[in-house]
Amino acid sequence: MVSQHFGILLVALPLLAAPVAALLPNGRSSWTLVMAVMTLCLPISLSILGDVIDGELIHYELGGWAPPWGIAYTIDGLNALMAVIICMIGTLVTIYGRYSVAADIPENKQALFYAAYLLCFLGLLGMCLTGDIFNVFVFLEISSLSTYALISMGHNHRALIASFQYLILGTIGAIFFLIGIGLAYAATGSLNMADLAIRLSGSEHTKTIHTAFGFIFVGMALKAAMFPLHQWLPRAYTYAPIIVSTFLAGTATKVAVYVIARSVFTVFTPEYSLKTLLNELLIVFGAIAVIHGATQAIRQTAVKPLLAWSSLSQVGYFMMGIGLLSATGLMATMIHMFNHALIKSALFMAAGIFLYQTGSLRIAALSGVGRHMPLTFTAVVIAGLSLIGVPGTVGFISKWYLVLAAVEQQAWWIVGVVVLGSIMAIIYVWKLVETLYFQPTTMPAAPYGTDHIERNPALIVPIWILATACIYLGLDTGMSVGAAKAAVNSLGLATP
Amino acid sequence: MINYISIHWISHYNYWAAIVIAMVGLYMIIGHNNLIKKVAGLNILQTAVFLMYISMGVITDGTAPIAAETFTIYSNPLPQVLMLTAIVVGVATTAMAFALIVRIKETCNTVDEDELLEREGHQNGNVEEW
Repeated sequence: MVSQHFGILLVALPLLAAPVAALLPNGRSSWTLVMAVMTLCLPISLSILGDVIDGELIHYELGGWAPPWGIAYTIDGLNALMAVIICMIGTLVTIYGRYSVAADIPENKQALFYAAYLLCFLGLLGMCLTGDIFNVFVFLEISSLSTYALISMGHNHRALIASFQYLILGTIGAIFFLIGIGLAYAATGSLNMADLAIRLSGSEHTKTIHTAFGFIFVGMALKAAMFPLHQWLPRAYTYAPIIVSTFLAGTATKVAVYVIARSVFTVFTPEYSLKTLLNELLIVFGAIAVIHGATQAIRQTAVKPLLAWSSLSQVGYFMMGIGLLSATGLMATMIHMFNHALIKSALFMAAGIFLYQTGSLRIAALSGVGRHMPLTFTAVVIAGLSLIGVPGTVGFISKWYLVLAAVEQQAWWIVGVVVLGSIMAIIYVWKLVETLYFQPTTMPAAPYGTDHIERNPALIVPIWILATACIYLGLDTGMSVGAAKAAVNSLGLATP
Repeated sequence: MINYISIHWISHYNYWAAIVIAMVGLYMIIGHNNLIKKVAGLNILQTAVFLMYISMGVITDGTAPIAAETFTIYSNPLPQVLMLTAIVVGVATTAMAFALIVRIKETCNTVDEDELLEREGHQNGNVEEW
């Protein structure tokens, strides 16, 4: 049965396709291959989610070696949902890339670019699906190394510097994670996450385990760009090519947040985490991240750094959701990760369309552009409203659950932080909308004529799929909330 | 008692070495502005992790993990295998870092981080233009 091997296919297909993509003669044929891989991976991930949403577990042993010695993929609601997010964003970004890569990347490097893109994609998927903690490290490095290459493909030397800084910090993060794994292995003799959880129970209050927990958490927090370990992110997202920023903003930090959630909830149970400083750290730094990210976003004078800082502000919400260490809090984080992937990818795609049309992403240079590009502008407004969390959009659902989780524990000040963060989001979204639509334009009535970029379906279709999803999933909450519920239930927590 | 403690401490000397090496590596990454020295620091930091893992698998009086009938006590081979993977990852990271440094040197004609940031004309987080 092929369907038994679905879990490993998600990783194996892109892994096999990546060297082929690198060898193909031109960018167009590589794109076709990547698109074929994506169109296979997306239904596979959806079918896996369909299988596990009722609380079943998919267990796959690589090469037939039984855990804890062999590597096993254990797929429950939590990682199935992450895989769907990655495959969905990956597919839409690939469609968008048909134009975007051709515009941003030199022709002779396009095939290699697509190979790196596939490696990054499979690395992120592997981190989500695997049930072996050392395997997480390997996939983390696969995705990180390809991310450094992707970021360095940006237009000028600043992309190189941003990529190098990310490489140094990312590698330190990965090494910290590796030290944590080593200490956990020294204490338990196992690398399988489920097995680790069993062996840790009872002996978790030794110095070795405390240290392991600290190292694993700090290492992953660096990859997730959690405040105060976020310095690499704004530069990396700003100077990377548009398509890379779009893909990373939708997936990369979220996978790291997933690994933290997995460590906190599966490997070291919430009861253990409650006895450490973890929840206070997550909530306080999360709140600071929300406010600090939004403040910086308001100050920015260009679109991409504004969106990057706004992403950091959203990472703050993820952290607070996990830090509450409750079923509702984790649900809020899962829903918000899904929603933010939709929202931020749509906004970065819109930024790309403005860039290709006007040649600039400084906010001042975009005054009045929205009136000439109604389709893109409307998508920006929808995604912007979602980012703020207006009722009727997806952003409202996730913030609602976060507020519920805070109220459950009578943490009223967290409600205050969510409201304040949303008000600040109004300011920076308005800054974009006002410039794009309400400021006088210097352009003639129909400035773009026949080469109007907005007529290119490769650019406008993915952004509108995302914008429609922002509204549809905001009204019909069954799918995202249901999947998040299944994810949380699969960790053995009771959802309301 | 004193004798016991001193032996206990000395017998863990490779862990102390790992900690010292890791600190040397981290200091090099933080303290030096030269990008190549930062990569060297990164490699030293990785070496500390290798040492830690391999020390972990050692068994007193054990041999190397070779399947032979005369040896019954041997080191745990798993941490060693894990470190083979980590070494591969480390080599790839170093290669990637050097590739970036070559490109930075070509375009900016310097490998000093302060000079690079100064040339960019802006400091932390204040990302102008696009």
